[in-house]
Amino acid sequence: MQLSREQLLKAYRQMKTIREFEDRLHEEIPKGLIPGFTHLYSGQEAIAVGVCENLNDSDAITSTHRGHGHCIAKGCDVKGMMAEIYGRATGLCGGKGGSMHIADLSKGMLGANGIVGGGPPLAMGASIAFRNRGKGEVAVALAGDGSCNSGPVFEAMNMAVMMSLPVIFVFENNGYSEQTAPAYAVGAGKTDMVRRAEGFGMPASKADGTDFFAVYEMTREAVERARTGGGPTALEFTCLRYFGHFEGDAQKYRAKGEVEMARETMDCLKNFRKRVTDAKLLENAEMDQVDAEVLKLIDEAVAEAIAAPFPPDSDVTKNVYINY
Amino acid sequence: MAIKTYREAITEALMIEMDRDERVIIMGEDVAGGAGGSSGVRDNQSGIFGTYPQFHARYGENRFIDTPISEAAIVGAAAGAALAGLRPVVEIMFADFIGYCLDQIMNQAAKFRYMFGGTSRTPMVLRTAYGAGLSAAAQHSQAIYPIITHIPGIKVAVPSKPADVKGLMLTAIRDDDPVVFFDHKALFGVQGEVPEGDTAIPFGKGMRYREGKDATVVAIGRMVHFSEAVVDKLAKEGGITCDVIDPRTTSPLDEDIILASVQKTGRLIIVDESPPRCSVAGDISAMVAMKGFEFLDAPIQMVTSAHSPVPFAPNLERAYLPSGAKIEEAIRKSVDF
Ligand SMILES: Cc1ncc(C[n+]2csc(CCOP(=O)(O)OP(=O)(O)O)c2C)c(N)n1
Ligand SMILES: [Mg+2]
Repeated sequence: MQLSREQLLKAYRQMKTIREFEDRLHEEIPKGLIPGFTHLYSGQEAIAVGVCENLNDSDAITSTHRGHGHCIAKGCDVKGMMAEIYGRATGLCGGKGGSMHIADLSKGMLGANGIVGGGPPLAMGASIAFRNRGKGEVAVALAGDGSCNSGPVFEAMNMAVMMSLPVIFVFENNGYSEQTAPAYAVGAGKTDMVRRAEGFGMPASKADGTDFFAVYEMTREAVERARTGGGPTALEFTCLRYFGHFEGDAQKYRAKGEVEMARETMDCLKNFRKRVTDAKLLENAEMDQVDAEVLKLIDEAVAEAIAAPFPPDSDVTKNVYINY
Repeated sequence: MAIKTYREAITEALMIEMDRDERVIIMGEDVAGGAGGSSGVRDNQSGIFGTYPQFHARYGENRFIDTPISEAAIVGAAAGAALAGLRPVVEIMFADFIGYCLDQIMNQAAKFRYMFGGTSRTPMVLRTAYGAGLSAAAQHSQAIYPIITHIPGIKVAVPSKPADVKGLMLTAIRDDDPVVFFDHKALFGVQGEVPEGDTAIPFGKGMRYREGKDATVVAIGRMVHFSEAVVDKLAKEGGITCDVIDPRTTSPLDEDIILASVQKTGRLIIVDESPPRCSVAGDISAMVAMKGFEFLDAPIQMVTSAHSPVPFAPNLERAYLPSGAKIEEAIRKSVDF
């Protein structure tokens, strides 16, 4: 166990913030003030946080359509995110992007991404910049199980090996890509993401993505390797998403009780609490205190987002080159 | 005639062809409701846009195929299967994802018949949902039919009405050339009269949905509905009446119906959801300027989206899109010229 009390408490706060952020959106979306499609990350928090606690602002991540957790874990401002999701001028992207396109380059967050498989080539490209800069920075592509069937992801993995780049390909296997399970779509279950990545010539391993410590440790090794010129790594973390693919998904493809069972037996927050209290690393009271602070932050974020103005209509043609 | 939704009209056409012709197959992501889920339930959502009710049960695994997220291979597979004798219909869920499979459309399917000296046929249909209006933001909202219309060798349908989507889909599946078929995602729930049975509509034949004498409004896809509303309002207010023409396919394009109308009215307004540069609106403008110059009593007006990516915030998205107000302004500008 290498983490200090402060680090543990921060990890807990990050995971809790993601959970409350997403659970609150789940309540807010039916009220009709949040435009567009929203994909929630609840159940997967230990992956975003376990990965990003190994990174600095100067390291980069790419994300997916299910990006809120990645953004929070990488340090994006929670209020700016909430305002963006409400399409307000005060949002991190000025209301231009919304849930699927939250970005904060100053935090090394290169964008949530509406295109499945869009992120890994970008992360690989960022790692070329890092290699050439020579300061030991790394790029991490956070991607879903579904994205591992996308050609550009394979191409990015091969190029990363070819150039021995400081990039890590993280596949979050949350049991589904929309309605399709990896047991069908990923080689009919005859292979998995780890074996595929090994086939490209990089070390790869797999861990329980609901176990913060397992994710943290496995990522730590990969980051270490990348920072010291050892080249790319692929990691697969298993978990289950608690909500539908998007808010509004009827989820008939899922067995009754699947989510309840996961919430009961493999919840990353519950497991974390038990681990750190059993080991007497943190006390329940201090985590309860964090819980209260997080709830307050989310309350404020929602209230401030709703009170914020929409961007002016003239913003439509701002930040795009027009010459006619 | 029965009133049906646009969605039901698509289903009807697909079923007519699936029932009639063993060579027709359908492939796409989650078309059969995904496979391998813990409930084991297939057909659970009839596809993302609800167009395939019980298709898995009815047509089985070999003809109704759930694919991984592999757009390039899906469309390549359709082109290859077409060369080998099938008549595939493939779904690329959102038109924006055509980015991943443009090669298979542009360099493969579009080229075979010509490049192989007329020795091959590529009977495939790529179905895809396009368009803004749902705050789906920059990567899930684009109207990219002009990009595909640009490619020789591909036919392109962009219908607006339930009856048209049925008739054009029947023709698309029976056509020996590759067809990219664009459905606006805000139109699936729109209702209209749909004739029973085999009602194939030829490509390259537009339809006049309103008749008037003062101006010609040519509109594409969802913009037909926007334009009808404005034209009805102007007619009701008295004063201005317009033809509303829906070309229904952008390739081939029914030039005659547009030119005949402009000859009558002397004025042309084109309403097109895609951005203005190299657009279908620009293409129709050029065609009328070349072939109908002497008919025109006023400059051609184009009402398009902004030359920008599609923004997320609802007010920005409204400002981005053509609107009733912008269409009315363009009509008045033309008539008052
Ligand atoms: C190129 C592309 N194809 C299809 C989609 C539609 N789509 C959005 S999310 C998704 C499933 C992604 O599954 P996965 O990678 O496992 O991520 P998860 O949703 O589980 O987080 C699909 C098919 C898309 N956005 N982009
Ligand atoms: Mg997944």
